[in-house]
Amino acid sequence: MDLFEYQARDLFAKHGVPVLDGEVIENAEDARAIAERFGGRAVVKAQVKVGGRGKAGGVKLAADPADAVAKADAILGMDIKGHTVHKVMLAETADIKEEYYVSFLLDRANRTFLAMASKEGGVEIEVVAEENPEALAKVSVDANEGCTAEKAAEIVAAAKFPAEIADQVIVVLQRLWDVFIKEDALLVEVNPLVKTGDGKVIALDGKVSLDENAEFRQAEHEALVDHAAANPLEAAAKAKNLNYVKLDGEVGIIGNGAGLVMSTLDVVAYAGENHGGVKPANFLDIGGGASAEVMANGLEIILGDADVKSVFVNVFGGITACDAVANGIVQALELLESKGEAVTKPLVVRLDGNNAELGRKILTDRNHPLVEQVDTMDGAADRAAELANAK
Amino acid sequence: MAIFLTEDSKVIVQGMTGSEGMKHTRRMLASGTKIVGGVNPRKAGTTVDVDGTEVPVFGSVAEAIKQTGADVSVIFVPPAFTKSAVVEAIDAEIPLAVVITEGVPVHDSASFWAYAGEKGNKTQIIGPNCPGLISPGKSNAGIIPADITKAGKIGLVSKSGTLTYQLMYELRDLGFSSAVGIGGDPVIGTTHIDALRAFEADPETEIIVMIGEIGGDAEERAAAFIKENVTKPVVGYVAGFTAPEGKTMGHAGAIVSGSSGTAQAKKEALEAAGVKVGKTPSETARLARELIKG
Repeated sequence: MDLFEYQARDLFAKHGVPVLDGEVIENAEDARAIAERFGGRAVVKAQVKVGGRGKAGGVKLAADPADAVAKADAILGMDIKGHTVHKVMLAETADIKEEYYVSFLLDRANRTFLAMASKEGGVEIEVVAEENPEALAKVSVDANEGCTAEKAAEIVAAAKFPAEIADQVIVVLQRLWDVFIKEDALLVEVNPLVKTGDGKVIALDGKVSLDENAEFRQAEHEALVDHAAANPLEAAAKAKNLNYVKLDGEVGIIGNGAGLVMSTLDVVAYAGENHGGVKPANFLDIGGGASAEVMANGLEIILGDADVKSVFVNVFGGITACDAVANGIVQALELLESKGEAVTKPLVVRLDGNNAELGRKILTDRNHPLVEQVDTMDGAADRAAELANAK
Repeated sequence: MAIFLTEDSKVIVQGMTGSEGMKHTRRMLASGTKIVGGVNPRKAGTTVDVDGTEVPVFGSVAEAIKQTGADVSVIFVPPAFTKSAVVEAIDAEIPLAVVITEGVPVHDSASFWAYAGEKGNKTQIIGPNCPGLISPGKSNAGIIPADITKAGKIGLVSKSGTLTYQLMYELRDLGFSSAVGIGGDPVIGTTHIDALRAFEADPETEIIVMIGEIGGDAEERAAAFIKENVTKPVVGYVAGFTAPEGKTMGHAGAIVSGSSGTAQAKKEALEAAGVKVGKTPSETARLARELIKG
């Protein structure tokens, strides 16, 4: 889960990383009092989870409280690369002399953590890595030893930070490591880390991404979820503990197992090339041992998606028995129809593996007019695409 | 022969007495796996009747090894306790730990991986978030259904459980030496490369099927390894061509970040290493079939 800048700033502050005073608002008029508290001047920053907002006009300096209101009003509601601005952060102004970059992140390839640091901060770090790779220091950090004072000094030396701020950066790095470890983050990034006119080192802007697998021990992270931005179908699926991602096509997909569902999306997209370019409408993994209820929940979400023209249920029974899946489909349709939700979209079902014959027989016997069975995954994908295109 | 797991493997189950642990202990026993014990400190000294087989419960992995000579542990404990279970297995120096648990925080996985290294890598870790591995007709450590296929000459390594089953099913008449599910998390123990190396060395394995998916660069590194070190034919499949950037697709590790981790890049890297890559699981099976007959 990626956080907004103001949420990252709050986590930095919580763990002692030096930040400027700041406050997030949704109404432009609220900018006045905050700017007054800052002594008049303030930086107004769009809160969007996308890079390059400065260039897009989402960061403005306000000269006085009235200007802060005007700037906030201009930025709120802006569209930045497809993200609507619902919140702006008012931050104190800083006398910036130098801009640096520091981060901790997961190094998947080496199965450890990595510190990255550069004197070339304030620009996109991907650009530095591309154009001036020797300016970006990369130092491996052992997951169990962590970022000790020695390790922090090694990072500072590798990045060739100026001697007069070395001690401060060493402390910042250790506190940033606390954010990384104690908050179960996958990424903590400060860009820029600045040196001010009076020689202080401050985290001016940051990015934090949290590990959703750690939710069981990070109860406070629930409050950081941006419910407003979630697609309503994704929110409904999450409320039912379904693994669902909304896409922009017409063929609804239900399957078991992340790999098989990803593969199903691909196979449907290929099939769609022969049927008017229809595409998968979603990713939905019902997981192993899906009950009738899980199947019903899944079907309800998919059938409730106005973009869906046909549905492809693709199940390989490993642990899951296909007769249970078939019963699930039948019960799901009955459940939906008993709720008065008319099912009008055709379902193409492919069952293979454990008890597949029994499962197919259950669907054949039920003989629901909208349910059609196809033996192979490729054949079923083709039929589902054809039906979606015909609608 | 097979890789990592043979008919002689003596398997213990950490978390055997939990519901998932019990369900799959039953299945593993039914498929002929030598299950020699379970581990649960609160039930040490008792035995559990698993469909007529008395399975002893030990207080620790070390005790289980001492009493039974166990050399494989399958771990079913919940995410909050997985790290300590794996650390215990490493401390006991069990040669193979198979971590089935889904939802382990990545800091925990990185930590036990580093710990295994500190202890001299005496324990090979598979997973987490994996279906385990099977050497059909010999032994089954994890949750892969044992009745899909038989022993044969295909070696399979995959990030995905259900795609493993799908490919095993499509090639069920040919059979497999071993099928290894390495898991879909960002940090995993055994990699595609580890399995490729073992299949290359295994005299019973004739061809290798490798299944990857979006996220990270494990497939690209496997491609480089294949080019230099693998003489046996390799058939590949990559899932997730249609996955949007920045969205996690079910597996915690399955995410395209910016331009990295795309299915297209992985397919191209594998093809450049001489791997035939199927467009769909069925086409992948067809390619494997042609190679084994050729």
